Amino acid sequence: MSSQISAAPAQNSSPVDWWKYLLLAVILLVVLPLALDIFRLNLIGKYLTYAFVAIGLVLCWGCGGILSLGQGVFFGLGGYCMAMFLKLEASNPEATAIQSTPGIPDFMDWNQLTELPWFWQPFHSLSFTLLAVIAVPVIFAFIIGVAMFTRRVGGVYFAIITQAIAAILTILIIGQQGYTGGVNGITDLRTFVGWDIRTESAQYLLYFVNVALLFACLFAALYIKRCKLGRLLVAMREKEDRVRFSGYNVASFKIFVFCIGAAFAAIGGAMFTLQVGFMSPSFVGIVPSIEMVIFCAVGGRLSLLGAVYGTLLVNLAKTSFSESFPELWLFAMGALFIGVVLAFPDGLAGLYQTYIQPWFKHFINREKVGLTPPAPIPEKTTTPAKEPVASSLSSSLEESRNVPA
Amino acid sequence: MFADYTSSELTAIFAMQGFAGLILFSVFVLMALGLAIIFGQMGVINMAHGEFMILGAYITYLTSQLFSAYLPSLFDGYFFIAMLLAFVVTGALGALVEWAMIRHLYKRPLDTLLATWGLSLILQQLYRTVFGAREVGVSLPDWLMGSYAITDIIEVPINGIFVMVLTIFITIGVYLLMQKSRLGKQTRAVVQNRAMAGAVGINTEKVDRYTFALGCGIAGVAGSAFTMVGSTGPTAGQLYIVDTFLVVVFGGASSLLGTVASAFTISQAQSTMEFFLSGSMAKVLTLLTVVGILMLRPQGLFSLKVRR
Amino acid sequence: MQKLNKSGLSNVLRRNILKGMMALPAAMLVSQLSLAAAMSTADVNTTGLAVTDDTVKVGILHSITGTMAISETGSVQAEMLAIEQINAMGGVLGRQIEYVQEDGASDWPTFAEKSKKLLVKDKAAAVFGCWTSASRKAVLPVFEQYNGMLYYPTFYEGLEQSPNVIYTGQEATQQIIAGIDWVTKTKDAKSFFLLGSDYIWPRTSNKIARKHIDKLGLKVVGEEYYPLGHTSFNSVINKIKLKKPDVIYAIVVGGSNVAFYKQLKAAGIDMTKEKPLVLTISVTEDEILGIGGENMQGAYAAMKYFQSLTNTNNQEFVAAFKKRWGDDIVIGDVTQAAYLGPWLWKAAVEKAGSFDIDKVRAASPNLELTTAPEGYVKVHENHHLWSKTRIGHALPNGQYEVVYETEDLIEPNPFPKGYQ
Repeated sequence: MSSQISAAPAQNSSPVDWWKYLLLAVILLVVLPLALDIFRLNLIGKYLTYAFVAIGLVLCWGCGGILSLGQGVFFGLGGYCMAMFLKLEASNPEATAIQSTPGIPDFMDWNQLTELPWFWQPFHSLSFTLLAVIAVPVIFAFIIGVAMFTRRVGGVYFAIITQAIAAILTILIIGQQGYTGGVNGITDLRTFVGWDIRTESAQYLLYFVNVALLFACLFAALYIKRCKLGRLLVAMREKEDRVRFSGYNVASFKIFVFCIGAAFAAIGGAMFTLQVGFMSPSFVGIVPSIEMVIFCAVGGRLSLLGAVYGTLLVNLAKTSFSESFPELWLFAMGALFIGVVLAFPDGLAGLYQTYIQPWFKHFINREKVGLTPPAPIPEKTTTPAKEPVASSLSSSLEESRNVPA
Repeated sequence: MFADYTSSELTAIFAMQGFAGLILFSVFVLMALGLAIIFGQMGVINMAHGEFMILGAYITYLTSQLFSAYLPSLFDGYFFIAMLLAFVVTGALGALVEWAMIRHLYKRPLDTLLATWGLSLILQQLYRTVFGAREVGVSLPDWLMGSYAITDIIEVPINGIFVMVLTIFITIGVYLLMQKSRLGKQTRAVVQNRAMAGAVGINTEKVDRYTFALGCGIAGVAGSAFTMVGSTGPTAGQLYIVDTFLVVVFGGASSLLGTVASAFTISQAQSTMEFFLSGSMAKVLTLLTVVGILMLRPQGLFSLKVRR
Repeated sequence: MQKLNKSGLSNVLRRNILKGMMALPAAMLVSQLSLAAAMSTADVNTTGLAVTDDTVKVGILHSITGTMAISETGSVQAEMLAIEQINAMGGVLGRQIEYVQEDGASDWPTFAEKSKKLLVKDKAAAVFGCWTSASRKAVLPVFEQYNGMLYYPTFYEGLEQSPNVIYTGQEATQQIIAGIDWVTKTKDAKSFFLLGSDYIWPRTSNKIARKHIDKLGLKVVGEEYYPLGHTSFNSVINKIKLKKPDVIYAIVVGGSNVAFYKQLKAAGIDMTKEKPLVLTISVTEDEILGIGGENMQGAYAAMKYFQSLTNTNNQEFVAAFKKRWGDDIVIGDVTQAAYLGPWLWKAAVEKAGSFDIDKVRAASPNLELTTAPEGYVKVHENHHLWSKTRIGHALPNGQYEVVYETEDLIEPNPFPKGYQ
């Protein structure tokens, strides 16, 4: 696929800094499990499930310029698929003997359902569930993607429409409580194929599975980012029309990367359900979706590793801050949003690249001076050429492109 | 469902239902006008729009407290002063925000979304710290809370009429301002071509600031008016944000006329469906329809045609 | 209220409590010490809870931020007050109560996380908290897994009975059936319009209401649900006008309440004329603050507690509450139920002579509390409270006037046969 463009820009052919991935692996797999007790480690595991979403956002938003404010939808769908499986397992006839219809989930019984709805039936099967965790969100993303990108909806409009979709799905899930558990969500999940997920050993194991999946997603994302598709995405972000004029089907690339983002988010959601033991519609809404974008932005929207660190950092700050000063936390969070956008548009990764990496290069890696890090790119937005607003902006975009960050 | 009723009852109900739709329409227009200016004209995705509205509501609350404490004789008329104050204060805050934050972000519209979301968090917590986490009850002059009986069955809420009249005035005002006034012409010039507008001597920064302040000010007036129909609490602003953006986007972001038209379409659709279906499903169907149409016609109902 | 929003409140309070302890008369200190000595920590705490020779740690878990902060603030205040009062009386088994306050942030997963923290990290001997059903459902598995004890204050839909929860509010049948009986008997109501916010509590409650109305041979002419946070009710008000019910049975919650009652009044439905009559189970004095007394005037509410109750327990409670949290504060049903939590826990611990969760649980059924502001209460074997239901008539000043109360305590029945 990439044979044609062998003379790719220098930044893409530069070798991957594997030691950074190794460092993250050491932190997640060795340092944290040794340093933290299982309660804190389980929390870290929960935060890492958000990192899946953030990694997907790096691809969609950082590289492709597609800002989705509905990633929570995919996180939620993945989580719900897993939760349905676990709930069916937890609602065996013995455990639900006091219900008027034993053998169906408790919330259905409260809502006078007397038999399992048809779309719940296949979730008795583990293999179907594992497939559905990925497939349902991806199909949903595909439908949205086809509808939007082939009509050339992009940028701000895409963001607002995904936001509306998140709102619709939340109302729907809450409204159809006989089928979905409503605002309570699907709670009280205990076992996964007979294996109690609430014990300490299970939580340790789930944590390591989670980290392993996270790395799988990281490497998949890294591959996409560095292959030709990744470069095309960046090209589309910067000047969509030129890519289109060059004969590429822009929409199909966008749909693909959007689906990938959805798949990552769905894996995160399923792991969330397993580690936390329930799923609730509060993840599908707008607020968590925007929060996930900010995790990505704090880490640096172009950096995959940054997304992981950003997610961890924001959530750790949230937990520790909100334990001692719940009121101050919202101020701090708001200030973080504004600060990151105004002062550090490249987030943690940008800080690292501008301040720490040169220092490293200078003192440690003198012989490789030729390979300077890529300068952070100041402009990140796609500006679909359709709207007059955007068109006026894009002219100024071009002027400002040479301005250093 | 209508079999049990006489035809006069049915007429009355349809009249009232139509009126309910019109009230919802006015509410939507009021919500969306400020955003139509900020988002449509300037391209700024102001996620703190709801919080600006709630600021207007809190100003109204404070004014009502002041009047009932110091000028009880003038209480009947305090609402007008409250709206004026709401406009001025939210407008001033808008100008401040534009100066401190937004002006650095004009080239990155998606980033304005994140920054203003941060702003909305801060404002919410600020309200909570200052006014408390509970909702505040805004007491209204009695003449606003009654209803006017046209026939035995048809009763028209006076605050509904008030909101409608207010909406008409503000819409006409904004229209004239954008079309006829110097500021409006400059704004439109900047929207269409910033560099060229600058080249002919328009102070684009000043225009930006005034436009943003105007949009926020209108949000403040809207919030002030909404104390008649809705709640005033630190997080109440969040309820409006999705609806507001959909109205603006559905109308075609850069067209004020489009905003009015889309508010009309959505409000009528929603209130009709609410009558025939249950509330939650009506809401879902309305949103779905809007999203569906937007997918078919991403530029919205009305789009500004510019030569380029 | 303002105080609650200042940061680090808990620290300030803790300091105050310590000061209070210093100021305690020496004799009392001695008696405390002797009590503590009499019951050694090893005896009263065999399961590793956070109990020392002179302190015991509990948790308070409510939303201080987010949309639910509106409702939960009162509960936090009540629980703090109860704990301070208990401490001033010498604590529980001679041990002063220290509390750890956590913010659930109106977010159910956060509730689960924080409850786990309270049980696993802080080893809280009891947790007072949660408000919405969703938050309770989120923390329930945590409490069952780590064997904690939750005192849950809100009136709720029932259909639950956990060994790890004491429900100090009413379950749905207690609240609903008495209210509907009253309105049919004294107001001769024949037809009902059921309205609610769209989630489990209003839906389950309306289901029970509908069954009961059917049993009485009366008619339900409409049933509607609107999303949480919905603010335009004109369409449903038109429907109500068309159907002309005798009673609007409203279970609207949160910010929607304000919109609903304001729009109802503006649409010309004067609740003081009682045609139709409005009966609610979701609007306490707390909510009226936001709605405005003049907009609520004439409505009826069915719940177990109103601030205006005239018994001496309540007068003392209201006075203490106002002294602690300011004169203009109001107290709703849930606030009172939250206040019962620490007292019920204290009674259970003292009866059991131990802080161990299992012993406290065993001591809880048939526990009596004569000092409750609502009057005499008793814990049922199903962990709910026996309680009276009262009908309040809303006055323009934002208070309810109690117009009726059931003669006997109503038995809690979380799994009502024939109502499901």
